[in-house]
Amino acid sequence: MTENVTGAGLATQAPHRGPGGAPGRGREPEKARRTVRDDRPVTLTGLAVKVVLLGLVAGIALWAAFPLVEAEAWLGLGILVATTAGLFYLYLSRRHIPAKYLVPGTLFLIVFQVFPVLYTASTAFTNFGDGHRGSKDDAIVAIQSSSVVQVPGSIEYALSIATTGDAATGPLVFLVTDPATGTVSAGDADGLEPLDAGSVTVNSAGKVTAADGYTVLNAGQASARSQEITEFAVPTEGGAIRSAGLSRAYEGKATRAYDAGCDCVRDAESGKVWTADPERGAFVAADGERLLQGWRVNVGLSNFTRVLTEPSISGPFLETLIWNFGFAIGSVFVTFALGLLCALALHSPRVRGRTLYRVLLILPYAMPSFAMLLVWRDMFNTDFGLVNNLFGLNVDWMGETWSARAAVVLVQLWLGYPYMFLVATGALQAIPRELTEATSVDGASPWQSFRQITLPLLLVALTPLLISSFAYNFNNFNAIHLTTGGGPFPADNPSVGATDLLITYTYRLAFGAAGAEYGFAAAISIFIFTLVAVISAISFRRSRQQEEVYA
Amino acid sequence: MRIRTAGVVATVALAIAAAGCGSGGDEPDASGSTPPNADGGKLVIWADDKRSAALKPFADKFGQENGVTVEVQAISKDQQTTFVTASQQGSGPDVMVGAHDWIGNLVQNGAIDPVQLTEAQKAGFNQGALKAVTFNGQVYAVPYATENLALIRNTELAPEAPKTVEDLVTTGKRLQAENKASEILCLQVGQNGDSYHIYPFYTSAGGTLFGTNATGDYDPKQLGVGTPESIAAFEKIAKLGEKGDGALKRSITPENSIATFTGKKCAFLVAGPWAITDAKTANIKYDISPVPGFAGAKEPTPFLGVQAFYVAAKGKNKALAQEFVTNYLTTPELAVALYQAEPRPPALTAAFDQVKSSDPDLAKFLEAGANAVPLPAIPEMAAIWDPFGKAEAAIVGGADVTQTITAAGKTISDQIK
Repeated sequence: MTENVTGAGLATQAPHRGPGGAPGRGREPEKARRTVRDDRPVTLTGLAVKVVLLGLVAGIALWAAFPLVEAEAWLGLGILVATTAGLFYLYLSRRHIPAKYLVPGTLFLIVFQVFPVLYTASTAFTNFGDGHRGSKDDAIVAIQSSSVVQVPGSIEYALSIATTGDAATGPLVFLVTDPATGTVSAGDADGLEPLDAGSVTVNSAGKVTAADGYTVLNAGQASARSQEITEFAVPTEGGAIRSAGLSRAYEGKATRAYDAGCDCVRDAESGKVWTADPERGAFVAADGERLLQGWRVNVGLSNFTRVLTEPSISGPFLETLIWNFGFAIGSVFVTFALGLLCALALHSPRVRGRTLYRVLLILPYAMPSFAMLLVWRDMFNTDFGLVNNLFGLNVDWMGETWSARAAVVLVQLWLGYPYMFLVATGALQAIPRELTEATSVDGASPWQSFRQITLPLLLVALTPLLISSFAYNFNNFNAIHLTTGGGPFPADNPSVGATDLLITYTYRLAFGAAGAEYGFAAAISIFIFTLVAVISAISFRRSRQQEEVYA
Repeated sequence: MRIRTAGVVATVALAIAAAGCGSGGDEPDASGSTPPNADGGKLVIWADDKRSAALKPFADKFGQENGVTVEVQAISKDQQTTFVTASQQGSGPDVMVGAHDWIGNLVQNGAIDPVQLTEAQKAGFNQGALKAVTFNGQVYAVPYATENLALIRNTELAPEAPKTVEDLVTTGKRLQAENKASEILCLQVGQNGDSYHIYPFYTSAGGTLFGTNATGDYDPKQLGVGTPESIAAFEKIAKLGEKGDGALKRSITPENSIATFTGKKCAFLVAGPWAITDAKTANIKYDISPVPGFAGAKEPTPFLGVQAFYVAAKGKNKALAQEFVTNYLTTPELAVALYQAEPRPPALTAAFDQVKSSDPDLAKFLEAGANAVPLPAIPEMAAIWDPFGKAEAAIVGGADVTQTITAAGKTISDQIK
């Protein structure tokens, strides 16, 4: 940060100075202010604000604590308690004035910026995706419960759920009626036992409504114990009687069971065995067949190496990257050029009705870009689109590589130039007219004065905006996804299209038709993140040098 | 069936969900275990906007009869992804309403439980619908409506139903020559193709997606794309494309195909029951017939799609959910009400019989889908949609058939592995 920020041209410099400027300016009076603050009386409003805000912090902490306790995430709870205690200490004490200003921002930075980045980075080393979402235990539960089948030829019972004790806590009993014979039996963990017909009342549907010695639960009471009921099974010779809802029971057996001894799943009927493969996160049989339900495991660098080694990905990667740069640079350049041109034209005091023109120019900016992109997509339709119909063309806009690329840049131009117009107008007004007037006195042509004076001054102010525009367009997902969807695709490669940006390509890999692959997508996101970070760092460094030249 | 809806909202939802999971827990591995059941007697159902409105009165009735609260929540976009993500975090519903071809993915993510239907209940369903919700020998959902493609025809322009694709093209070309229509056929292709809509033509010309194994289930190892039969099938489709008859065009997209038909720019529309509402609103005189096949070729088999109710594996109230899905939804009244919310043939035979007299279109759709095959629900199907569709678009645009289909087949088999 340069310290020569005194003198002329301040207005254009101030906005992008950023927060770094503040400590410099505040450095000297800091000590004096602190002593003044310490002695200041506590005002009622100040106190009220403090109470409300700290109350809010305490509330949020309490709200976040319950799920953490439930999940037994003690580390998370520790962090939560420490953060909350730290915040209370900070704002209840009269010291650490600078920290009082810095901490909220830092916390938000951690929560909304650092944490997602770290989370993405950690995901990139896993196989997280469809079929590998949960833990191994989840997968085992899913495999076993999916394998429960009805015992062939078994009875389909009418069921009432009862208990021998209190409705909410007593031991569960299944009162089942055989529809064919009308026999009622009571089933518990020990097995099925017939009940005396005289001791039970059965309704027309065959359900037991009352039984001596049992409390029949109504649906509300039963559903309060839903989890217990789902897990409850009355052992029988062929398997176990389980509930199918609250009014029906069937005799079923789980054909697949997990055996911790061999860390495998065994099918009782076919005897086939699937052994856990900790590297793939799936149960795999000797013949290579894997069970559908897998779990999330660490896969090391394989997501990253896949980007580089898999020919269908590494091959088109470079071409996509080049087009990605082309699109971002092209979009920024054309929007800036048109925006600046309009701004210059309307900057001249000789133009009448400038306000009206300005309002008209900003109009595209006021439209929701989401909807506009879809409208533009339809306007580029070969047969029914406005563009071809209006100009009597027959261009297959979205079907050819370069016409599709031209189309998306055109759309970006329409959507983006009002923004550039706005910022250029602002920056132009900040350049003192005396400067350009002085050049004309010196005999410079308008072009010369623009080229030598106005444009450099403008660029000083606008370069950071252009860089951020570039970074934005580099990852402009909507612009591509909603217009071309990445297409046109070469006939022999449906994975990478001519207008695909890295981000749309990543999206297709992560959430596309072939199922979610979050781990892999996270790895590509890290590539993109690195690229954008490096480009931005270099550009900002260059723009700072430029600033020093012109300042 | 809108298979290919834009997924931007899903991304946003996922990002928020992921951030929420992370920032709320302060530790990535904290989530996963569902909290013990605290609130008894509450059933949460997720459905899309239309269906949740139709479900509401019945859910309330079920709640009153059983003394429980039933909450119907409308999920307006990307229901499947939202459901899987929410289940994984333990914040999902107890019952989910959705398409049957989600089953493979939902099972591999452990998001749904099988449902146990009695033999009598099973017998009450349209057997194709029941087959559609059966996966690996288990019934995973209770079907309530079916849908399949049919040929919807503007009877003022084309009084006779075409018997073959060639008939259709001849009629379409004549109408073009007479300036009565600008397009031969409204069948959505779009820039990225549409596997679902081209499927009847593909099967008529002899193509398949997967072979079947001994039990009659789809076998992902026997991939039908990239085989000589599939190439021959696409040769026929290419003849209908932009360099051939011009019956198939990439400029006819999911967004404009129905509108082009209701705007009387084409006499024929290949679409499902969802297009009927638009045709009625536009006051088109229409008739419905099966999608025709190529002359002398096989019978076309459109996909049979089934809308169904799932029991969430990680729901908090599974016993009640099972009760609702297996014992309450199998009654015809609800199926009729859902039909009234959106007219698709009910999967329960009894409900279908009840509504068919008042709606002749239904029977015609069912007839058009007489030999429809259930949309494969195996997770490998996910690998098909994108490459198959894009290959279709390329061929309709005039690309080399053999090269394109071979490459598509390779892409698909690489993904299936």
